[in-house]
This record gives sequence, structure tokens and C-alpha cells, in this order.
Amino acid sequence: MSAPLRPRRSPRRRNLVSGLLFGIGLAAFVDEVVFHQLLQWHHFYDRSTTSVGLLSDGLFHAFGWFAAVAGLFLFADLRRWHEALLQRWTGGVLLGAGVFQLYDGTVQHKLLGLHQIRYEVDLLVYDTVWNAVAVLLVLAGAWLTYRTRAAVPQEQADA
Amino acid sequence: MHSHGGGGGAESLFFIPAVAALVAYWAGAMSPRSGRWPWYRTVFFTAGVAAVLVTVLNPLAQLAHRDFAVLSVTHLLAGMLSPLLLVLSRPFTLALRTLDVFPARRLSRLLRSRFVRFLSFPVTAAVLNTGGMILMFRTGLLTAMQESMPVHWLVTFHLLAAGYLFTASVIGRDPSPHRASYRLRAVVLVLSIAAHNILAKTIYADPPAGIPAAAAEQGALVMYYGGGVLELALIILLCRQWYASARPRGRAASVDRQQ
Repeated sequence: MSAPLRPRRSPRRRNLVSGLLFGIGLAAFVDEVVFHQLLQWHHFYDRSTTSVGLLSDGLFHAFGWFAAVAGLFLFADLRRWHEALLQRWTGGVLLGAGVFQLYDGTVQHKLLGLHQIRYEVDLLVYDTVWNAVAVLLVLAGAWLTYRTRAAVPQEQADA
Repeated sequence: MHSHGGGGGAESLFFIPAVAALVAYWAGAMSPRSGRWPWYRTVFFTAGVAAVLVTVLNPLAQLAHRDFAVLSVTHLLAGMLSPLLLVLSRPFTLALRTLDVFPARRLSRLLRSRFVRFLSFPVTAAVLNTGGMILMFRTGLLTAMQESMPVHWLVTFHLLAAGYLFTASVIGRDPSPHRASYRLRAVVLVLSIAAHNILAKTIYADPPAGIPAAAAEQGALVMYYGGGVLELALIILLCRQWYASARPRGRAASVDRQQ
């Protein structure tokens, strides 16, 4: 009945892309709101920041905002077409957030010296927890994505 | 602190083009040919003109010369907020609907011309917008602006014009014969936001000539976070346009359970 009139690309891929985008956006949002604004652990600028660090940070924050909004609109579109695959989408969110956090915690904080997680504390503990959480997110996301590799939207399964 | 050219009262001349634009828009919106022009577009246009007008009038113009953070606020008003409001008010749609046949045809020919098409291509518009911003902070232009009111006015005009072009090329709904793809518009928007972020942080780290470090830091924060709010609005508007354009049509839509 409500089958779309025009063919659409794979719902599996669309759910994953939407989740990945929203996950990246969510991690960027948490980074800005929680660590920069609420806790004020992160610094806006740190004298040791390299110019590549500024470039990477500027790009990632710009893309992060876009990804959060675009991921949600894509998800609304999937719902509208009755194509949402909640588990697969969640897998994408965890994977996107984990990859962003891992990149932030290794390349941006350490390699490019953007800023540290917190100042005047034993950084090793913070870095370990930060990156361990990132790895757990990536693993959980990868597992969910793998598990749903053959998932089909409810409606099409019924038909 | 700085001597000002231009003399007192000259800036009140800016009321002339502002009032002329407002009267023209209001007349168009109220004319029967506009076809029930939505009232909120008239509000957008009026607010857009007001947002740029206040940046060239006192007290804001004088304050901006003394305080870099206030200068950043005026740039957000003239280069981002005003263009966004003006683009949302769809002035060209209104003009094409309400002008007489001959001027309307001339306007439509102008909008389709190769030159306007080139200027309103997202990449060109973004280069004009971002390039002007980099020149302003990284050359002697900033000092010149603070020493001479006419230079300040010219820069404000550039901010408004380039900001309008950029905003229209990304989220404009006025008639445009070759609107760029959503993908290109999204890429250009993200890169422009990134350039804005990076420039704000470099101003924080390395103040422009003649700007004290504390003032540069404040101005950079205004630029980063104030600009961020307006950039977020652009992102949402662009995605909403895509969402509306990708909606299910025809039979599928009419039996949609969510209706």
C-alpha cells in the first residue's frame, strides 16, 4: 500500500549513514557543551596548538554541527518512508561517536596538541579513560552494525 | 583614540537607501499582485535592513571603533544576520511578481545573466565572503577602517553584499536558473564555517595589528560563538529544504499513515 513509487537506495545503507552522521555530531556536541562550556576542562585555545591542529579542529567542529542536523533530518526521512532500522541506526551512532572521540583523543589532543582533556591533573588517567570509552563505543557500534547487516524494514518484512 | 573622517551626521544619509528599500518592499508586499505575501517575510526584510543600518549609525559605529568585541558584533549583524533575514524575505520573488512586465523581464534577464550566475555560484560566493573576511583581519584594512569612516562604510557594504550572495547561494529560494546541488551547497557551507572557526581562533591566538590581546580574545569569542548560532541556522534551513524536496509524492504520500 504505502510502498514508495520511486525506487530508493538501500535502507540499510541510509540508516547507517544517518546514524554515523548523528553519532559524529553528538560527539562534537558533547565535546563543546560538556567539556568546553559546562565543565570548562577543555580550553578554547592552548598556546601549544599547531596550525594543523587549528585546521583540523575548525573542520571537525563545522562538520560536527552539520552532521548532527543532517543525521536527524535523514532519520526523519527514513521514518517518513517507513524504512527506519533502529538497531542499525544506533550502531551507526555509536560507531560515529566512537570514531570521532578516538580521533579527538589521539590525533587532536596528542599528536596536534590542540588542547588537553583537563589541566593541572594527571593526564594519563584522563587520556586512558577517554580513549578506552572511545574504543568501547567503536566496538559496540561495529557489533550492532554487523548484527544488522541483513536487516529489513518492518513493513517490507511483513509484505 | 582614533580620529574619524566623515564628520558628524554624514551617516544619517544612510537612512535614504534604507527607507527607499523599505518603502519599495512594503509597497510590493501590499500590492494585490503579490498574492497574499506572507507577513513574516515583510518582518524579515524590515529587520534585515534595520540590522545593517544600526552598524553604520551611532552609537554602535563609534563604539565599534573603540572596542574590537563590538566591531565583531557589527560584523555579525551586517555580514551574517542581515543577509540571512534579507534572503528569507525573498525580495526578488516579490519584485518579479509585482513589477510591471517590462522591468520584471529586465530583472529576470539580469538574474539569468552569465555574470549573476557566476557570482551566485556557491564556490564564487563563498570565496568572496570568506576572502573578504581574511583580508579584513590579515591586512592593513582593519587599521584603515578604524581611521576612516568611508573605508568602514565600504567594508560594511562588502560584508552585506558578499554575505547576501553567500547566503542566497546556499539557502536562497528566490528564482535561480541553475541552483547548485544540495551536496555542493552542503560542502561549501561546511568549509565556510570551518574557515570562520579557524580565523576566529587565529585572531584569538595572534591579534590583528593594533588590537590589544584581551580585546582580540573577546572579539574572537563573539565571532566563534555568535557566528556559530547563525551558521547552525543556515545548516538547519539547508537540511529542511532537502527534507521538503525529498518528501514522498503522489499516491504513496496520500496513503501515508502519518497523515
